[in-house]
Amino acid sequence: MQRRHTDSAFEAELSELCERLVLMAERAAVMVETSVSALVARDTVQARQTLALDARVNRDELELDEMCLLLLAKRQPMASDLRLIAVVLKLVTDIERIADLAKNVAERVLDLNAEPPVREMEDVAQMCALVLEIYRESIAAFATLDVVKARTVIERDDEIDAAYHTLFRSMLLQMVSDTATVERGIHVQSVVKYLERIGDHATNLAEHVIFVAEGLDVRHRGLASQEGGSDGQ
Amino acid sequence: MESEQEQEAGALGMASGSVLRGLPTGADGTSIEALGLNAYYGQKQVLREVSMKIRGGCVTAVIGPSGCGKSTFIRCLNRMHELGAGARVTGRVALDGQDIYAPTVDPALLRRRVGMVFQEPNPFPTMNIRDNVLSGLAMTGRLAAGQADEIVERSLRAAALWEEVRDKLKEPGLGLSGGQQQRLCIARALAVEPDVLLMDEPCSALDPIATARIEELIHTLAGKFTIVIVTHNMQQAARVSHDTAFFLGGALVELAPTNRLFTSPRDSRTEDYITGKFG
Repeated sequence: MQRRHTDSAFEAELSELCERLVLMAERAAVMVETSVSALVARDTVQARQTLALDARVNRDELELDEMCLLLLAKRQPMASDLRLIAVVLKLVTDIERIADLAKNVAERVLDLNAEPPVREMEDVAQMCALVLEIYRESIAAFATLDVVKARTVIERDDEIDAAYHTLFRSMLLQMVSDTATVERGIHVQSVVKYLERIGDHATNLAEHVIFVAEGLDVRHRGLASQEGGSDGQ
Repeated sequence: MESEQEQEAGALGMASGSVLRGLPTGADGTSIEALGLNAYYGQKQVLREVSMKIRGGCVTAVIGPSGCGKSTFIRCLNRMHELGAGARVTGRVALDGQDIYAPTVDPALLRRRVGMVFQEPNPFPTMNIRDNVLSGLAMTGRLAAGQADEIVERSLRAAALWEEVRDKLKEPGLGLSGGQQQRLCIARALAVEPDVLLMDEPCSALDPIATARIEELIHTLAGKFTIVIVTHNMQQAARVSHDTAFFLGGALVELAPTNRLFTSPRDSRTEDYITGKFG
Protein backbone atom coordinates (compact mmCIF):
# COMPACT_ATOMS: atom_id res chain seq x y z
CA MET A 1 0.00 0.00 0.00
CA GLN A 2 1.29 3.46 -0.90
CA ARG A 3 2.02 5.37 2.34
CA ARG A 4 0.65 8.89 2.50
CA HIS A 5 2.37 11.95 3.92
CA THR A 6 1.54 12.71 7.54
CA ASP A 7 0.97 16.33 6.47
CA SER A 8 -2.09 16.07 4.24
CA ALA A 9 -1.53 19.57 2.85
CA PHE A 10 1.87 18.49 1.50
CA GLU A 11 0.29 15.33 0.08
CA ALA A 12 -2.30 17.50 -1.69
CA GLU A 13 0.36 19.91 -3.00
CA LEU A 14 2.38 17.07 -4.52
CA SER A 15 -0.76 15.56 -6.06
CA GLU A 16 -1.68 18.91 -7.56
CA LEU A 17 1.83 19.28 -8.97
CA CYS A 18 1.59 15.89 -10.71
CA GLU A 19 -1.92 16.53 -11.99
CA ARG A 20 -0.95 19.91 -13.40
CA LEU A 21 2.10 18.45 -15.12
CA VAL A 22 -0.09 15.76 -16.70
CA LEU A 23 -2.55 18.46 -17.78
CA MET A 24 0.26 20.49 -19.34
CA ALA A 25 1.60 17.39 -21.09
CA GLU A 26 -1.86 16.60 -22.44
CA ARG A 27 -2.24 20.18 -23.72
CA ALA A 28 1.02 19.75 -25.62
CA ALA A 29 -0.29 16.40 -26.95
CA VAL A 30 -3.41 18.13 -28.24
CA MET A 31 -1.18 20.68 -29.99
CA VAL A 32 0.76 17.89 -31.70
CA GLU A 33 -2.48 16.19 -32.69
CA THR A 34 -4.02 19.41 -34.04
CA SER A 35 -0.92 20.45 -35.93
CA VAL A 36 -0.63 17.12 -37.77
CA SER A 37 -4.36 17.00 -38.40
CA ALA A 38 -3.96 20.45 -39.99
CA LEU A 39 -1.01 19.13 -42.01
CA VAL A 40 -2.89 16.14 -43.37
CA ALA A 41 -6.10 18.07 -44.04
CA ARG A 42 -4.23 21.14 -45.36
CA ASP A 43 -6.32 23.09 -42.88
CA THR A 44 -4.94 26.60 -42.27
CA VAL A 45 -7.55 27.40 -39.61
CA GLN A 46 -6.55 24.37 -37.56
CA ALA A 47 -2.88 25.29 -37.95
CA ARG A 48 -3.59 28.76 -36.57
CA GLN A 49 -5.53 27.16 -33.68
CA THR A 50 -2.42 25.17 -32.79
CA LEU A 51 -0.34 28.33 -32.68
CA ALA A 52 -2.86 29.91 -30.31
CA LEU A 53 -2.66 26.99 -27.86
CA ASP A 54 1.04 27.58 -27.23
CA ALA A 55 0.48 30.52 -24.88
CA ARG A 56 -1.40 28.31 -22.40
CA VAL A 57 1.43 25.77 -22.31
CA ASN A 58 3.94 28.57 -21.76
CA ARG A 59 1.84 29.76 -18.82
CA ASP A 60 1.78 26.19 -17.45
CA GLU A 61 5.57 26.17 -17.55
CA LEU A 62 5.84 29.35 -15.52
CA GLU A 63 3.22 28.26 -12.99
CA LEU A 64 4.71 24.79 -12.51
CA ASP A 65 8.18 26.29 -12.09
CA GLU A 66 6.81 28.57 -9.39
CA MET A 67 5.03 25.67 -7.65
CA CYS A 68 8.28 23.69 -7.59
CA LEU A 69 10.28 26.60 -6.16
CA LEU A 70 7.67 27.18 -3.45
CA LEU A 71 7.58 23.48 -2.56
CA LEU A 72 11.37 23.37 -2.34
CA ALA A 73 11.44 26.48 -0.15
CA LYS A 74 8.55 25.54 2.12
CA ARG A 75 8.80 21.78 2.38
CA GLN A 76 12.52 21.02 1.90
CA PRO A 77 11.59 17.66 0.40
CA MET A 78 13.68 14.52 0.66
CA ALA A 79 14.07 11.24 -1.22
CA SER A 80 11.25 10.48 -3.71
CA ASP A 81 9.56 13.84 -3.02
CA LEU A 82 12.80 15.63 -3.85
CA ARG A 83 13.27 13.53 -6.97
CA LEU A 84 9.71 14.26 -8.09
CA ILE A 85 10.03 18.03 -7.73
CA ALA A 86 13.47 18.10 -9.38
CA VAL A 87 12.06 16.05 -12.25
CA VAL A 88 9.00 18.27 -12.71
CA LEU A 89 11.36 21.26 -13.00
CA LYS A 90 13.07 19.46 -15.89
CA LEU A 91 9.96 18.00 -17.50
CA VAL A 92 8.21 21.34 -17.89
CA THR A 93 11.06 22.30 -20.21
CA ASP A 94 10.66 19.10 -22.23
CA ILE A 95 6.92 19.55 -22.50
CA GLU A 96 7.22 23.21 -23.39
CA ARG A 97 9.64 22.18 -26.15
CA ILE A 98 7.09 19.61 -27.40
CA ALA A 99 4.53 22.41 -27.63
CA ASP A 100 7.05 24.57 -29.49
CA LEU A 101 7.71 21.71 -31.92
CA ALA A 102 3.96 21.33 -32.52
CA LYS A 103 3.92 25.05 -33.20
CA ASN A 104 6.79 24.58 -35.67
CA VAL A 105 4.77 21.87 -37.43
CA ALA A 106 1.78 24.26 -37.67
CA GLU A 107 4.00 26.99 -39.13
CA ARG A 108 5.18 24.54 -41.80
CA VAL A 109 1.54 23.75 -42.55
CA LEU A 110 1.00 27.40 -43.42
CA ASP A 111 3.98 27.20 -45.82
CA LEU A 112 2.95 23.84 -47.30
CA ASN A 113 -0.60 25.00 -47.95
CA ALA A 114 0.84 27.49 -50.40
CA GLU A 115 2.35 24.56 -52.34
CA PRO A 116 0.81 21.61 -54.20
CA PRO A 117 -0.03 18.53 -52.03
CA VAL A 118 2.73 16.08 -51.05
CA ARG A 119 2.34 12.36 -51.83
CA GLU A 120 4.02 11.11 -48.64
CA MET A 121 1.51 12.80 -46.31
CA GLU A 122 -0.14 9.47 -45.40
CA ASP A 123 3.22 8.15 -44.14
CA VAL A 124 3.77 11.38 -42.17
CA ALA A 125 0.34 10.92 -40.57
CA GLN A 126 1.32 7.36 -39.59
CA MET A 127 4.56 8.55 -38.03
CA CYS A 128 2.64 11.19 -36.14
CA ALA A 129 0.20 8.60 -34.81
CA LEU A 130 3.18 6.56 -33.60
CA VAL A 131 4.79 9.59 -31.92
CA LEU A 132 1.53 10.58 -30.25
CA GLU A 133 0.90 7.04 -29.04
CA ILE A 134 4.36 6.82 -27.47
CA TYR A 135 4.18 10.34 -26.03
CA ARG A 136 0.81 9.61 -24.42
CA GLU A 137 2.23 6.36 -23.04
CA SER A 138 4.99 8.41 -21.41
CA ILE A 139 2.39 10.76 -19.88
CA ALA A 140 0.45 7.76 -18.54
CA ALA A 141 3.69 6.30 -17.16
CA PHE A 142 4.32 9.56 -15.30
CA ALA A 143 0.74 9.81 -14.00
CA THR A 144 0.95 6.35 -12.40
CA LEU A 145 4.75 6.19 -11.96
CA ASP A 146 4.63 2.99 -14.02
CA VAL A 147 8.25 2.02 -14.69
CA VAL A 148 7.30 -0.91 -16.93
CA LYS A 149 5.43 1.46 -19.22
CA ALA A 150 8.30 3.95 -19.01
CA ARG A 151 10.82 1.31 -20.10
CA THR A 152 8.57 0.40 -23.04
CA VAL A 153 8.49 4.05 -24.11
CA ILE A 154 12.28 4.25 -24.03
CA GLU A 155 12.62 1.06 -26.08
CA ARG A 156 10.04 2.23 -28.64
CA ASP A 157 12.00 5.39 -29.49
CA ASP A 158 13.82 3.22 -32.04
CA GLU A 159 10.51 2.83 -33.93
CA ILE A 160 10.21 6.60 -34.20
CA ASP A 161 13.83 6.95 -35.33
CA ALA A 162 13.28 4.26 -38.00
CA ALA A 163 10.14 6.00 -39.30
CA TYR A 164 12.03 9.29 -39.39
CA HIS A 165 14.94 7.88 -41.40
CA THR A 166 12.57 6.16 -43.84
CA LEU A 167 10.56 9.31 -44.44
CA PHE A 168 13.61 11.54 -44.62
CA ARG A 169 15.17 9.32 -47.29
CA SER A 170 11.91 9.01 -49.17
CA MET A 171 11.58 12.81 -49.35
CA LEU A 172 15.21 13.11 -50.41
CA LEU A 173 14.70 10.71 -53.31
CA GLN A 174 11.54 12.57 -54.26
CA MET A 175 13.41 15.89 -54.34
CA VAL A 176 16.27 14.42 -56.36
CA SER A 177 13.91 12.95 -58.93
CA ASP A 178 11.72 16.04 -59.15
CA THR A 179 13.41 19.31 -58.28
CA ALA A 180 10.08 21.11 -58.37
CA THR A 181 9.28 19.40 -55.05
CA VAL A 182 12.40 20.66 -53.23
CA GLU A 183 10.74 23.45 -51.28
CA ARG A 184 7.79 21.38 -50.02
CA GLY A 185 10.12 18.40 -49.52
CA ILE A 186 12.29 20.43 -47.16
CA HIS A 187 9.18 21.51 -45.24
CA VAL A 188 8.07 17.88 -44.85
CA GLN A 189 11.57 16.82 -43.82
CA SER A 190 11.44 19.53 -41.15
CA VAL A 191 8.07 18.24 -39.95
CA VAL A 192 9.32 14.68 -39.56
CA LYS A 193 12.40 16.00 -37.75
CA TYR A 194 10.10 17.87 -35.35
CA LEU A 195 8.14 14.65 -34.77
CA GLU A 196 11.36 12.75 -34.14
CA ARG A 197 12.40 15.38 -31.57
CA ILE A 198 9.01 15.04 -29.85
CA GLY A 199 9.80 11.33 -29.52
CA ASP A 200 13.11 12.23 -27.85
CA HIS A 201 11.31 14.44 -25.32
CA ALA A 202 8.85 11.59 -24.63
CA THR A 203 11.89 9.40 -23.92
CA ASN A 204 13.20 12.03 -21.49
CA LEU A 205 9.84 11.96 -19.73
CA ALA A 206 10.00 8.17 -19.43
CA GLU A 207 13.59 8.24 -18.14
CA HIS A 208 12.56 10.69 -15.45
CA VAL A 209 9.65 8.44 -14.42
CA ILE A 210 12.20 5.71 -13.65
CA PHE A 211 14.29 8.21 -11.67
CA VAL A 212 11.31 9.33 -9.57
CA ALA A 213 10.04 5.80 -8.95
CA GLU A 214 13.31 3.95 -8.41
CA GLY A 215 16.01 6.59 -7.89
CA LEU A 216 17.75 5.11 -10.91
CA ASP A 217 19.25 7.56 -13.41
CA VAL A 218 19.17 5.80 -16.80
CA ARG A 219 19.94 8.89 -18.88
CA HIS A 220 22.85 8.44 -21.29
CA ARG A 221 23.41 4.96 -19.89
CA GLY A 222 20.70 2.81 -21.39
CA LEU A 223 18.19 0.67 -19.59
CA ALA A 224 20.74 -2.03 -18.85
CA SER A 225 22.40 0.25 -16.29
CA GLN A 226 21.63 -0.78 -12.74
CA GLU A 227 23.63 1.94 -11.04
CA GLY A 228 21.66 3.96 -8.53
CA GLY A 229 21.79 7.66 -7.79
CA SER A 230 24.85 9.48 -6.63
CA ASP A 231 26.61 7.97 -3.66
CA GLY A 232 28.33 11.24 -3.48
CA GLN A 233 30.92 10.56 -0.83
CA MET B 1 39.57 5.31 -2.14
CA GLU B 2 37.90 7.87 -4.35
CA SER B 3 34.87 6.82 -6.36
CA GLU B 4 34.82 7.38 -10.12
CA GLN B 5 32.46 10.29 -9.54
CA GLU B 6 34.81 11.84 -6.98
CA GLN B 7 37.76 11.44 -9.35
CA GLU B 8 35.82 13.13 -12.15
CA ALA B 9 34.73 15.91 -9.83
CA GLY B 10 38.36 16.37 -8.83
CA ALA B 11 39.51 16.39 -12.45
CA LEU B 12 36.94 19.09 -13.18
CA GLY B 13 38.52 21.18 -10.47
CA MET B 14 35.60 20.99 -8.07
CA ALA B 15 36.56 21.79 -4.52
CA SER B 16 36.47 18.84 -2.19
CA GLY B 17 33.58 20.45 -0.34
CA SER B 18 31.36 20.82 -3.42
CA VAL B 19 27.85 19.44 -3.15
CA LEU B 20 28.56 16.81 -5.79
CA ARG B 21 31.86 15.70 -4.35
CA GLY B 22 30.66 15.72 -0.76
CA LEU B 23 32.30 16.99 2.37
CA PRO B 24 36.05 16.63 2.79
CA THR B 25 37.01 13.71 4.99
CA GLY B 26 39.85 13.34 7.42
CA ALA B 27 42.89 11.41 6.27
CA ASP B 28 42.57 9.34 9.37
CA GLY B 29 40.84 9.55 12.71
CA THR B 30 39.40 7.22 15.25
CA SER B 31 36.97 4.75 13.76
CA ILE B 32 34.18 3.28 15.82
CA GLU B 33 32.52 -0.07 15.33
CA ALA B 34 29.42 -1.32 17.12
CA LEU B 35 28.81 -5.05 16.92
CA GLY B 36 25.60 -6.67 18.17
CA LEU B 37 25.02 -3.75 20.53
CA ASN B 38 22.02 -4.03 22.87
CA ALA B 39 21.06 -1.50 25.52
CA TYR B 40 18.49 -1.80 28.29
CA TYR B 41 16.83 0.33 30.93
CA GLY B 42 15.82 -2.32 33.45
CA GLN B 43 13.68 -4.80 31.54
CA LYS B 44 13.11 -2.45 28.64
CA GLN B 45 15.36 -3.02 25.63
CA VAL B 46 16.11 0.26 23.85
CA LEU B 47 18.80 -0.86 21.37
CA ARG B 48 18.59 -4.09 19.40
CA GLU B 49 21.59 -5.77 17.82
CA VAL B 50 23.04 -2.58 16.37
CA SER B 51 26.06 -3.24 14.19
CA MET B 52 27.61 -0.37 12.27
CA LYS B 53 30.93 1.18 11.40
CA ILE B 54 31.61 4.88 11.90
CA ARG B 55 34.37 6.18 9.68
CA GLY B 56 37.26 7.93 11.37
CA GLY B 57 37.57 11.66 10.67
CA CYS B 58 34.04 11.81 9.31
CA VAL B 59 30.73 13.17 10.56
CA THR B 60 28.04 10.55 11.02
CA ALA B 61 24.49 11.75 11.64
CA VAL B 62 22.02 9.60 13.52
CA ILE B 63 18.37 10.27 12.71
CA GLY B 64 15.08 8.66 13.64
CA PRO B 65 11.81 9.34 15.45
CA SER B 66 11.67 10.06 19.17
CA GLY B 67 12.33 6.94 21.20
CA CYS B 68 14.16 5.14 18.39
CA GLY B 69 17.30 4.78 20.48
CA LYS B 70 19.52 7.27 18.72
CA SER B 71 20.56 9.16 21.87
CA THR B 72 21.02 5.88 23.73
CA PHE B 73 23.25 4.71 20.90
CA ILE B 74 25.69 7.61 21.19
CA ARG B 75 25.60 7.38 24.98
CA CYS B 76 26.84 3.80 24.56
CA LEU B 77 29.82 5.10 22.59
CA ASN B 78 31.35 6.75 25.68
CA ARG B 79 29.76 4.48 28.28
CA MET B 80 27.42 7.18 29.56
CA HIS B 81 24.41 4.93 29.13
CA GLU B 82 25.51 2.65 31.97
CA LEU B 83 25.44 5.60 34.42
CA GLY B 84 21.62 5.50 34.47
CA ALA B 85 19.84 3.44 37.12
CA GLY B 86 19.20 -0.10 35.88
CA ALA B 87 20.93 0.62 32.58
CA ARG B 88 23.11 -2.04 30.98
CA VAL B 89 24.73 -2.83 27.66
CA THR B 90 25.62 -6.05 25.86
CA GLY B 91 27.60 -6.44 22.67
CA ARG B 92 30.74 -4.70 21.59
CA VAL B 93 31.86 -1.16 20.78
CA ALA B 94 35.38 -0.78 19.49
CA LEU B 95 37.41 2.41 19.17
CA ASP B 96 40.14 1.78 16.60
CA GLY B 97 39.60 -1.91 17.22
CA GLN B 98 39.77 -1.76 21.04
CA ASP B 99 36.66 -2.85 22.96
CA ILE B 100 35.57 0.03 25.21
CA TYR B 101 33.56 -2.38 27.38
CA ALA B 102 36.60 -4.52 28.19
CA PRO B 103 37.16 -4.85 31.97
CA THR B 104 40.48 -3.09 31.76
CA VAL B 105 38.99 0.11 30.33
CA ASP B 106 38.50 3.03 32.74
CA PRO B 107 35.24 4.76 31.72
CA ALA B 108 36.52 8.13 32.96
CA LEU B 109 39.58 7.91 30.73
CA LEU B 110 37.40 6.74 27.85
CA ARG B 111 35.21 9.83 28.20
CA ARG B 112 38.26 12.02 27.73
CA ARG B 113 38.80 10.35 24.37
CA VAL B 114 35.10 10.53 23.52
CA GLY B 115 33.69 13.92 24.45
CA MET B 116 30.04 14.87 24.45
CA VAL B 117 27.99 17.98 23.75
CA PHE B 118 24.38 18.00 24.86
CA GLN B 119 21.10 19.44 23.63
CA GLU B 120 20.94 22.31 26.13
CA PRO B 121 24.14 24.34 26.52
CA ASN B 122 25.33 23.53 30.05
CA PRO B 123 28.31 25.67 31.04
CA PHE B 124 29.14 25.35 34.74
CA PRO B 125 27.08 28.17 36.26
CA THR B 126 29.55 29.18 38.93
CA MET B 127 32.54 29.35 36.58
CA ASN B 128 33.75 32.04 34.28
CA ILE B 129 34.41 31.39 30.59
CA ARG B 130 38.08 30.55 31.09
CA ASP B 131 37.44 28.12 33.95
CA ASN B 132 34.67 26.47 32.00
CA VAL B 133 37.10 25.68 29.19
CA LEU B 134 39.65 24.32 31.64
CA SER B 135 37.19 22.43 33.85
CA GLY B 136 37.68 19.03 32.23
CA LEU B 137 41.44 19.19 32.63
CA ALA B 138 41.25 20.66 36.14
CA MET B 139 38.84 17.95 37.34
CA THR B 140 41.11 15.19 36.13
CA GLY B 141 44.25 16.85 37.51
CA ARG B 142 45.84 17.12 34.08
CA LEU B 143 46.21 20.88 33.92
CA ALA B 144 49.90 21.52 33.71
CA ALA B 145 51.13 24.81 35.11
CA GLY B 146 51.73 27.46 32.49
CA GLN B 147 49.65 25.78 29.80
CA ALA B 148 46.26 27.11 30.79
CA ASP B 149 46.27 30.28 28.66
CA GLU B 150 47.41 28.39 25.59
CA ILE B 151 44.77 25.68 26.05
CA VAL B 152 42.02 28.27 26.59
CA GLU B 153 42.91 30.17 23.44
CA ARG B 154 43.40 27.03 21.31
CA SER B 155 40.12 25.48 22.46
CA LEU B 156 38.10 28.66 22.04
CA ARG B 157 39.62 29.22 18.59
CA ALA B 158 38.77 25.65 17.59
CA ALA B 159 35.22 26.25 18.77
CA ALA B 160 35.08 29.52 16.77
CA LEU B 161 34.41 31.52 19.92
CA TRP B 162 37.78 33.15 20.66
CA GLU B 163 37.20 36.43 18.84
CA GLU B 164 33.89 36.95 20.63
CA VAL B 165 35.11 36.28 24.19
CA ARG B 166 38.84 37.02 24.24
CA ASP B 167 38.27 40.23 26.21
CA LYS B 168 35.84 38.77 28.73
CA LEU B 169 37.34 35.46 29.79
CA LYS B 170 36.68 36.25 33.44
CA GLU B 171 32.98 36.81 32.89
CA PRO B 172 30.45 34.06 33.70
CA GLY B 173 29.79 31.48 30.99
CA LEU B 174 26.09 31.88 31.55
CA GLY B 175 26.34 35.52 30.43
CA LEU B 176 26.84 34.38 26.83
CA SER B 177 24.08 33.89 24.28
CA GLY B 178 22.68 30.37 23.80
CA GLY B 179 24.75 29.77 20.68
CA GLN B 180 27.91 31.08 22.34
CA GLN B 181 27.25 28.90 25.40
CA GLN B 182 26.99 25.86 23.14
CA ARG B 183 30.29 26.73 21.46
CA LEU B 184 31.77 27.21 24.95
CA CYS B 185 30.66 23.67 25.76
CA ILE B 186 32.29 22.48 22.54
CA ALA B 187 35.49 24.32 23.55
CA ARG B 188 35.30 22.61 26.94
CA ALA B 189 34.98 19.24 25.22
CA LEU B 190 37.88 20.02 22.86
CA ALA B 191 40.18 21.20 25.69
CA VAL B 192 40.78 17.62 26.82
CA GLU B 193 41.88 16.76 23.24
CA PRO B 194 39.38 14.00 22.48
CA ASP B 195 39.46 11.77 19.41
CA VAL B 196 35.70 11.59 19.08
CA LEU B 197 33.00 14.21 19.63
CA LEU B 198 29.45 13.06 20.29
CA MET B 199 26.76 15.69 19.79
CA ASP B 200 23.23 15.06 21.03
CA GLU B 201 20.95 17.51 19.19
CA PRO B 202 23.43 20.35 19.74
CA CYS B 203 21.37 22.95 17.88
CA SER B 204 17.84 22.15 18.97
CA ALA B 205 17.81 25.02 21.49
CA LEU B 206 19.48 27.53 19.13
CA ASP B 207 18.20 30.10 16.63
CA PRO B 208 19.04 29.72 12.89
CA ILE B 209 22.12 31.96 13.00
CA ALA B 210 23.57 30.22 16.05
CA THR B 211 22.73 26.90 14.36
CA ALA B 212 24.59 27.96 11.21
CA ARG B 213 27.66 28.82 13.32
CA ILE B 214 27.63 25.39 14.98
CA GLU B 215 27.20 23.69 11.58
CA GLU B 216 30.11 25.67 10.19
CA LEU B 217 32.11 24.65 13.24
CA ILE B 218 31.25 20.98 12.63
CA HIS B 219 32.61 21.36 9.09
CA THR B 220 35.81 22.80 10.53
CA LEU B 221 36.17 20.06 13.13
CA ALA B 222 35.43 17.23 10.69
CA GLY B 223 38.68 15.68 9.60
CA LYS B 224 40.34 16.53 12.90
CA PHE B 225 37.85 14.54 14.94
CA THR B 226 35.38 11.75 14.41
CA ILE B 227 31.97 13.30 15.02
CA VAL B 228 28.67 11.54 15.69
CA ILE B 229 25.68 13.87 15.78
CA VAL B 230 22.13 13.02 16.77
CA THR B 231 19.62 15.36 15.20
CA HIS B 232 15.91 15.64 14.59
CA ASN B 233 16.61 18.10 11.81
CA MET B 234 17.03 16.09 8.62
CA GLN B 235 18.21 19.07 6.61
CA GLN B 236 20.93 19.55 9.22
CA ALA B 237 21.91 15.89 8.96
CA ALA B 238 22.04 16.29 5.18
CA ARG B 239 24.18 19.44 5.43
CA VAL B 240 26.77 18.44 8.00
CA SER B 241 27.37 14.71 7.69
CA HIS B 242 29.26 12.30 5.48
CA ASP B 243 27.20 9.28 6.52
CA THR B 244 23.73 9.02 7.98
CA ALA B 245 22.26 6.23 10.07
CA PHE B 246 18.49 5.82 10.38
CA PHE B 247 17.26 4.15 13.58
CA LEU B 248 13.78 2.80 14.20
CA GLY B 249 12.48 0.92 17.23
CA GLY B 250 15.97 0.58 18.67
CA ALA B 251 17.39 -1.00 15.52
CA LEU B 252 19.59 0.37 12.77
CA VAL B 253 17.55 0.38 9.56
CA GLU B 254 19.99 1.93 7.12
CA LEU B 255 23.49 3.42 7.17
CA ALA B 256 24.53 5.08 3.93
CA PRO B 257 26.50 7.99 2.48
CA THR B 258 24.43 11.07 3.28
CA ASN B 259 24.19 12.18 -0.36
CA ARG B 260 22.51 8.91 -1.22
CA LEU B 261 20.38 8.39 1.86
CA PHE B 262 18.53 11.69 1.40
CA THR B 263 17.99 11.31 -2.35
CA SER B 264 17.54 7.58 -2.88
CA PRO B 265 17.29 5.59 0.34
CA ARG B 266 17.31 1.84 -0.16
CA ASP B 267 14.89 0.91 2.65
CA SER B 268 11.22 1.87 2.38
CA ARG B 269 11.13 2.65 6.12
CA THR B 270 13.85 5.26 5.63
CA GLU B 271 11.96 6.67 2.65
CA ASP B 272 8.74 6.88 4.70
CA TYR B 273 10.49 8.63 7.59
CA ILE B 274 12.43 11.24 5.64
CA THR B 275 9.47 12.08 3.40
CA GLY B 276 7.16 12.46 6.39
CA LYS B 277 4.99 9.42 5.69
CA PHE B 278 5.77 7.99 9.06
CA GLY B 279 3.29 7.23 11.87
